[in-house]
Amino acid sequence: MIKLQTPAAKIGGVSLTNHMLLAAGVLGTTAASLSRMLRLGAGGVVTKSIGPEPKDGHHGPSLIPVAGGILNAMGLPNPSKEFAEEISPLLAAQKPVVVSIFGGTPAEFAKVAEWLPTAQAFELNLSCPHAEGYGAAIGANPRVVRECTEAVKAFGRPVWVKLTPNVADIGVIGRAAEEGGADAIVAINTVKAMRISTGMRRPVLGNKFGGLSGTAVFPIAVRCVYDLYEACDIPIIGCGGISTADNVLEMMMAGASAVEIGSAVYDNVNVFSDIAEDLYAADGIPAEEIVGCAHD
Amino acid sequence: MTEEHMPTVTTITAIIDETPTVKTFVFDELFNFRPGQFCMVWIPGVDEIPMAFSAANAITVMKVGDATSALFNCKAGDKIGIRGPFGNGFYPTGRVLAIGGGIGVTPLFTLAATGEVDTFILGARTAAELVFPDELAGVTDLKIATDDGTRGYHGFVTGILDQLDVTGYDTICVCGPEMMMKGILDRLVAKGIESRGQFSMHRYMKCGVGVCGSCCMDHEGLRVCRDGPVFTGDVIKDSEFAHHHRGPSGRKE
Repeated sequence: MIKLQTPAAKIGGVSLTNHMLLAAGVLGTTAASLSRMLRLGAGGVVTKSIGPEPKDGHHGPSLIPVAGGILNAMGLPNPSKEFAEEISPLLAAQKPVVVSIFGGTPAEFAKVAEWLPTAQAFELNLSCPHAEGYGAAIGANPRVVRECTEAVKAFGRPVWVKLTPNVADIGVIGRAAEEGGADAIVAINTVKAMRISTGMRRPVLGNKFGGLSGTAVFPIAVRCVYDLYEACDIPIIGCGGISTADNVLEMMMAGASAVEIGSAVYDNVNVFSDIAEDLYAADGIPAEEIVGCAHD
Repeated sequence: MTEEHMPTVTTITAIIDETPTVKTFVFDELFNFRPGQFCMVWIPGVDEIPMAFSAANAITVMKVGDATSALFNCKAGDKIGIRGPFGNGFYPTGRVLAIGGGIGVTPLFTLAATGEVDTFILGARTAAELVFPDELAGVTDLKIATDDGTRGYHGFVTGILDQLDVTGYDTICVCGPEMMMKGILDRLVAKGIESRGQFSMHRYMKCGVGVCGSCCMDHEGLRVCRDGPVFTGDVIKDSEFAHHHRGPSGRKE
């Protein structure tokens, strides 16, 4: 297998200790759990998405492991402004922490970003598939994506935009983010999905439908990253079903400069250090040599 | 991640009144669990909440909120979903003391039922709220404390603990209100034996399988649902234990 040089890479304006970040929504509600994942080998972490008001999230069941993946409809639970205080020691220590934020309008995105002037970077959640008025509900509209990006970019911090795969042409949305001044694109968020309990004769999630992540969506994510690499010129962070070093390489060949890993922590909380052991070697090649190499 | 873990749909076959505020719900499926492990109980249309098993086919529930109230309105023949068992459970060795307060007795009751508990301190506010006293008396050396003195020792379980030589026990398994557990941990710390204590923590949980992070504890970021719910005293003594917890939004309370 190809090995990469052990990196200290700056990607999308953030200095990472390796090419793998903890994805938003996973173990990201507290500073303590984010610190733990950094200790366990994540090259950077993305927080749970923070919004303009505290939210309790959807009623349960809110997460179900299904064949090859995880189905969830958490409903963007978050402590809102209180999180700025929670996360400030990590930001002050210059840890590679990307703050995921959401809102229903460009003004709401700006309101949340204003609470976090020292954020290493913002990741805009324009892609959660199961929160009415937020996420993919507005992230499928290129004009809104551009305006939200512009609104947060005005704070002078790096801006990453996380995209939904639940659109006809993800390249159009990626270009909108780029036009709005994004420093990187993250693809993908979960794929809109549902399961029904046959014993109960009703949808199993409290919110009825949710988003699918994990191994099952990896081919969808690779395709989206490939499309975005053709459509855009800014760095792409690949996300969706990555659980092995070979998955990381494949995502990079599709065009990703780094990756985010989420659902794989379900099987293995040490997934970051385990992948790093397989992925890196002192005599490996620079990552830049393989990013996008699958394109003609 | 290849295994599917959809909730197992069970039918409630019996509902047993344990106290004025506690009922046992018996269902028609058996789960192979270790004492202290829990399940996520799906009450359709309402919510999904963590509950300790009180038998391979039962949960014992105190009415405290919307979901438990909805469960109390269920009747035999109704269906509930069960995911689990989850978490690590108790892992006692040697001579075992168990201390349970209120509904916290449930996971310890299943431990005592296996014959592994030498001494059991059972506490409740009043005699009528004691959960499983008769069953426990049959399988362990049972000592009872009630806050109002209506049965057994008049006071908290820690009052009985102070009368025992706790250093004579190799494992002290504890479940109950956090301030009760704090009083016990303080006594173990004072004797330098906090690592013998196994405390069952309760925190707000959403996923139950260690992914969402809603139950992560300060300052180590340990997940109560997956790394716990049972932690030794040395692990929790410098944590958020007895200081704060988080609500559904992640705000500290």
